[in-house]
Amino acid sequence: MDTLTGWGRLPEPGRELFDEDIETLTRGAVLSRGLGRSYGDSSLPASPDDKVANSRFANRILSFDPHTGVLRAEAGLTLVDLVRLMLPRGWFPPVVPGTRFVTLGGMVASDVHGKNHHREGCFGAHVRALRIRLADDRVVECSPEADVDLFDGSIGGMGLLGHILEVEFTMHRIPSQWIWMERERVPDIGAFLESISRAAPEWPMTMGWIDCLKRGEEMGRGVLMAGRWASADEAPARNPGARPEITMPVVLPDWALNRATAGLFNAAYYWSHLRRRAAGMMAPGAFFFPLDVILEWNRAYGPRGFTQYQCVVPRAAGPDAVRKFMEQLTALGAASPLCVIKDCGPEGRGVLSFPMEGTSIAVDIPVSGHIQRVVDGLNQFIISVGGRVYLTKDRFTRPEDFRAMEPRLPRFLALRAKWDPARRLRSAQSRRLFGDAA
Amino acid sequence: MKAVVFGGTAGIGRAVAQELAARGDAVFLLGRDEASLRRSAADLAARHPEQAQGGWALCDLEDPTGFAAALDAADAALDGFDAVVITAAMFASQAELEADVELARRLTTANFANTVAFCEHVRVRLLSRGGGWLTAVSSVAGDRGRKPVAIYGASKAGLSAYLEALDHRFRASGLWVLCVKPGFVKTAMTSGLKAPPFAGEPAGVAADIVAAMDRKRPLVYTPGVWRFVMLVIRSLPRFVMRKIDF
Repeated sequence: MDTLTGWGRLPEPGRELFDEDIETLTRGAVLSRGLGRSYGDSSLPASPDDKVANSRFANRILSFDPHTGVLRAEAGLTLVDLVRLMLPRGWFPPVVPGTRFVTLGGMVASDVHGKNHHREGCFGAHVRALRIRLADDRVVECSPEADVDLFDGSIGGMGLLGHILEVEFTMHRIPSQWIWMERERVPDIGAFLESISRAAPEWPMTMGWIDCLKRGEEMGRGVLMAGRWASADEAPARNPGARPEITMPVVLPDWALNRATAGLFNAAYYWSHLRRRAAGMMAPGAFFFPLDVILEWNRAYGPRGFTQYQCVVPRAAGPDAVRKFMEQLTALGAASPLCVIKDCGPEGRGVLSFPMEGTSIAVDIPVSGHIQRVVDGLNQFIISVGGRVYLTKDRFTRPEDFRAMEPRLPRFLALRAKWDPARRLRSAQSRRLFGDAA
Repeated sequence: MKAVVFGGTAGIGRAVAQELAARGDAVFLLGRDEASLRRSAADLAARHPEQAQGGWALCDLEDPTGFAAALDAADAALDGFDAVVITAAMFASQAELEADVELARRLTTANFANTVAFCEHVRVRLLSRGGGWLTAVSSVAGDRGRKPVAIYGASKAGLSAYLEALDHRFRASGLWVLCVKPGFVKTAMTSGLKAPPFAGEPAGVAADIVAAMDRKRPLVYTPGVWRFVMLVIRSLPRFVMRKIDF
């Protein structure tokens, strides 16, 4: 039996179709996917016989206006291609996620956020129009001016309202091809949150990494990074070259990543930043997409795969809520080598879009016998503080928990009832969370 | 290079056109779908606005009467092309071809007779201006008579033999003939088929093709591992080939 997997490597039976012509490709399809970088089951079929359209060969740029930065392209265009073509010409996408192995269609469907969320919001905030194939196979153009409900629902809508065929958005002009970066080692979670909120008004881009295995006083010790595009005068004359890439050659065994090795990794990472503060020029690839140098790094988690738990703890819940989340995480015994922290600005226009004002926390958790218990436990805490989880990463949230953390869900379901009353468009995730037919 | 890509709107052809344009070559597209030609030409222009734009013309592999006019248009736009890449071809599964004799006739005609006719037009033009590159995509399916590709493979076997002979005959005159033998490549053409191990993707195959053109190679297997796979397949005795379904 053929299977498809997301980045977490947990399979679902199914098969994908390819076509360079995105209109032919999506006709009759019930789910679109791109590079399969969503971690969970959002790009996997609800049933093995579902027609799954893989858009990644539909990659044509249809227009680019160098005066306004408005670019229109087919949904399968990858961020790899886009950055490679546009960076040397002085343009960069307004928002990029932590990997460049994503398609434009996926960036809209997940309404991705990046290091500049507190300034620029999500990718969807920069989208001007979408061309969409609806469940009844009609093709429509939607925008903030036309069929705005379809537009807002499709941004962050996990492809459940229609297949995204074309995306029109505004690129940003950049003053140079380099990032000026400052980095600070922070001793504990309280200091970390204080530093990141202090950096927000000064820096267009911020993010941090913390050691979530440490308990007690050092809990949440980590490294905070802030950056901005270097001005033309301060940037080096040479262009940032392509970084050498290496491929994770084998799937590591399940036991390779445990509390002890994750602890060693974290300590090594923390102490590799010997100086408490550092600053300098950095290539945008290394700054925005640090893990992309190791191709197929998901193999490090072994044959059983992993999930990423990403949630946002709302600002309204107070600074102590983040510390409590960390305590909950350690209490549940989840060993994560990387815990990424980002402060989020206000909620965007996407009806189911993930970010909200607060602190986003992302931890990788290897799949084991008690993964469901860990996710349930974290979800109970997130519900209690009024936060929510990121569907793009999710594989284990229960439907009742999702309903409890998502007051916007009735609005999204009403949009589905309007645009796809038979719920023809579906995924393994919508089967799990919304009870769609298999 | 000043290159013509026949079949340059989709699959391997689109990737070859993008690859050539990325390194600064002028690219002229030939294909049979006007809307798709317009989109692909716009794509190349948006990707590389600093470059001279080639343009496009309609050309259908099933209609050889249009070949000369299409090449005239390319010559006029590029002020004399020096490279032609043919990726256009028909594909159907063995089951579909066995069920429809007319389809089998059309496919073998397009992939062999018409492709040879197109190459002959190109050959005459390139030789008249001192040579150039003639690249055509054949297939590993033509390396051996095999059950699952009996008819499609035969059309490609003929094409491979023609391209090899063309290389022997005209290399000394400056005509660099390249026969490309892709293994399984994920494109619309193979969509729905179960992808075997070592399946290629258009971008990687295109990079291999352009590198082989630069080195003036007569033959390239892509992905490269197929060279060894086919070496084994070619050396299998008949009684084994009758037994296996490969």
